[in-house]
Amino acid sequence: MATQFTRMLAGRNTAVMLASLGAGTLATGYLFSDSTAAAERRMLYPPSADFPDLRKHNNCMAASLTPAIYARLRDKATPSSWTLDQCIQTGVDNPGHPFIKTVGMVAGDEETYEVFSEIFDPVIKDRHHGYDPRTMKHPTDLDSSKITSGVFDERYVLSSRVRTGRSIRGLSLPPACSRAERREVERVAVMALSGLQGDLAGRYYSLGEMTEREQQQLIDEHFLFDKPVSPLLTSAGMARDWPDARGIWHNNQKNFLIWINEEDHTRIISMEKGGNMKRVFERFCRGLKQVEQLIQERGWEFMWNERLGYILTCPSNLGTGLRAGVHVRLPNLSKDPRFSKILENLRLQKRGTGGVDTAATGDTFDISNNDRLGKSEVELVQLVVDGVNYLIDCEKRLERGQDIKIPSPIAQFRR
Amino acid sequence: MPFGNTHNNFKLNFKVEEEYPDLTKHNNHMAKVLTKEMYGKLRDKQTPSGFTVDDVIQTGVDNPGHPFIMTVGCVAGDEESYEVFKDLFDPIIKDRHGGYKPTDKHATDLNFENLKGGDDLDPNYVLSSRVRTGRSIKGYTLPPHNSRGERRAIEKLSVEALTSLDGEFKGTYYPLKSMTDAEQDQLINDHFLFDKPVSPLLTCAGMARDWPDGRGIWHNDDKSFLVWVNEEDHLRVISMQKAGNMREVFRRFCVGLKRIEEIFQKHNHGFMWNEHLGYVLTCPSNLGTGLRGGVHVKLPKLSTHPKFDEILKRLRLQKRGTGGVDTASVGGVFDISNADRLGSSEVAQVQLVVDGVKLMVEMEKKLEKGESVDKMIPAQK
Repeated sequence: MATQFTRMLAGRNTAVMLASLGAGTLATGYLFSDSTAAAERRMLYPPSADFPDLRKHNNCMAASLTPAIYARLRDKATPSSWTLDQCIQTGVDNPGHPFIKTVGMVAGDEETYEVFSEIFDPVIKDRHHGYDPRTMKHPTDLDSSKITSGVFDERYVLSSRVRTGRSIRGLSLPPACSRAERREVERVAVMALSGLQGDLAGRYYSLGEMTEREQQQLIDEHFLFDKPVSPLLTSAGMARDWPDARGIWHNNQKNFLIWINEEDHTRIISMEKGGNMKRVFERFCRGLKQVEQLIQERGWEFMWNERLGYILTCPSNLGTGLRAGVHVRLPNLSKDPRFSKILENLRLQKRGTGGVDTAATGDTFDISNNDRLGKSEVELVQLVVDGVNYLIDCEKRLERGQDIKIPSPIAQFRR
Repeated sequence: MPFGNTHNNFKLNFKVEEEYPDLTKHNNHMAKVLTKEMYGKLRDKQTPSGFTVDDVIQTGVDNPGHPFIMTVGCVAGDEESYEVFKDLFDPIIKDRHGGYKPTDKHATDLNFENLKGGDDLDPNYVLSSRVRTGRSIKGYTLPPHNSRGERRAIEKLSVEALTSLDGEFKGTYYPLKSMTDAEQDQLINDHFLFDKPVSPLLTCAGMARDWPDGRGIWHNDDKSFLVWVNEEDHLRVISMQKAGNMREVFRRFCVGLKRIEEIFQKHNHGFMWNEHLGYVLTCPSNLGTGLRGGVHVKLPKLSTHPKFDEILKRLRLQKRGTGGVDTASVGGVFDISNADRLGSSEVAQVQLVVDGVKLMVEMEKKLEKGESVDKMIPAQK
């Protein structure tokens, strides 16, 4: 594959390698040295003039960004010219909610996490419950055979789902990518997916070219993603040029699905009705491995390093980027005052069945893992399996008029 | 992205056809004009402050437009944008401003005494009169592009200028970010408050960044002269009052603008202006005078006349609902204003509004009496 991409890739891989060896932000950050009026403007306005007013803000970025850090990082850029102001724009524009703490910053490319590590590291630590990227390593494990007791009682669990994201090394991320890069992501992903066979064989639907009938079909199946309306995403520039190079791929059996160029290069989803989480995860791991192999055959790879695991646009999705969850009926347990504490100790979170920020309908909840970074995929899915089994057990006990116990809290990281 | 020349040189590693946007489903001025060849020619250019062609067109790429309404689809990031990207802006300006050529000169006339009449529009029909324009301050980049530091500097300078006004122009500045609830309610009741832009036409151009930092509203004690700071333009200047004395509204408008301009010039930051484009503003549709002079007028009968739209066209006027652009009229009350911005002066444009509205009110009265208005239909102005 002797294109301009190969040449660029070689250069960027070196930078990334240096970064992951910890060669320091100075080695991989480029200071602006152009002599245009843009540079003059920067001199006319010292960092203190540009420091955002974060006094009414409540997000991870605002909690960690000091004038001193800003001053040191403002005039730096990644090799593809992504700057700190661009990372934090979404957090400046969206002060946050008094109850929900959003992250407030995004990466524009793989090098962002190195060049701007002075702000990203504390934000990562804050968001990922104390994971310290400077000292800790993230384990990756996609061996689904290790999962035990992964089939739930289907009188309670209505559906099971695992999702993650993957970024293609050498191409900028959705906040930063140009149209050409985004189109290249689409080409690379679609090419790889077309090589899947057997139960994974499927087809691609480009958002811009799908027919109205295809569109309706995908909506009915709950597969279609739409142009982001959340200001968290639009302020970060992720909706630019919509719907150019966006699309949805799914297998013929409709239980393995990929979103292309939404909030990440790719989002991979394995799901099915019922409670067979083990099979969902098995297909997830198999599909991911095959896609990775198919892109590697053509000289591409996923963004990953041992400090941060899989590199994605939002720092909240670093590590595994994995959310494994179920829709589960818990009519008795959900009314018990100990429900929240039980979830907390099991390191699980609840959402409404519409997804994040929706309310539960009836007694059915979306229950999934809280953590993303510092534990492997296998560990997190096992945690969900064990946790959901515990919740179902509690539900059954309450049905029988028996008492339940709050479990002891699960340890955060392997030390 | 509008932050300086970030990313542009990197994009030049890709071929033109890889980067050229897909405009096949688009219906805006930019899409009509931007060919692949033009894009190829412009993509390695940047203004001195780093604004690039992709920055100019992003809003038009993201908003394909409506089949019936033709939006502009591009913005300027600084004064130099109109020069550096001339190849793109000139044909758009020509199309949007009735054939205005790159060699044409624009006349500025803010001498309110040159307006004839305008003080006697019938208040039984004309409910309110208003004139607005925009001004950009030389030496700063425009809302799609400016950094927080620049925006704050613009605010600081504007507030200094405005709070130094006296007499009928004595007033107060209300920064958006520190407004009390009481102040906010008052400003909403007065119909003065502007809110964070929700229109994707504006947000995709980066104009809502860092909201509400550096934004605010100033108005005089009489509540007849009002300035918006750092919304879609550096300054939006509005003069208004109830009933039909457009002459007085225009007088106050001209006098206030001149006073403000003098103060900015003293600080070596006059307004952006040149003899080809007149006043330079963020959106090409507002070049020239940037002036929209209009009234809220009751025309329940005339507005249902089959020739109403034709009459407006000939009078060089446009109609909107009383909620502003893209709203519907309520109770037969329309917002009628000048359609032109570039190629004629402020006095000429307000004259068209004054004469046109006067005529239409006469026609409305005739229709009330059951008489025909066919003989009154004007020739094309």
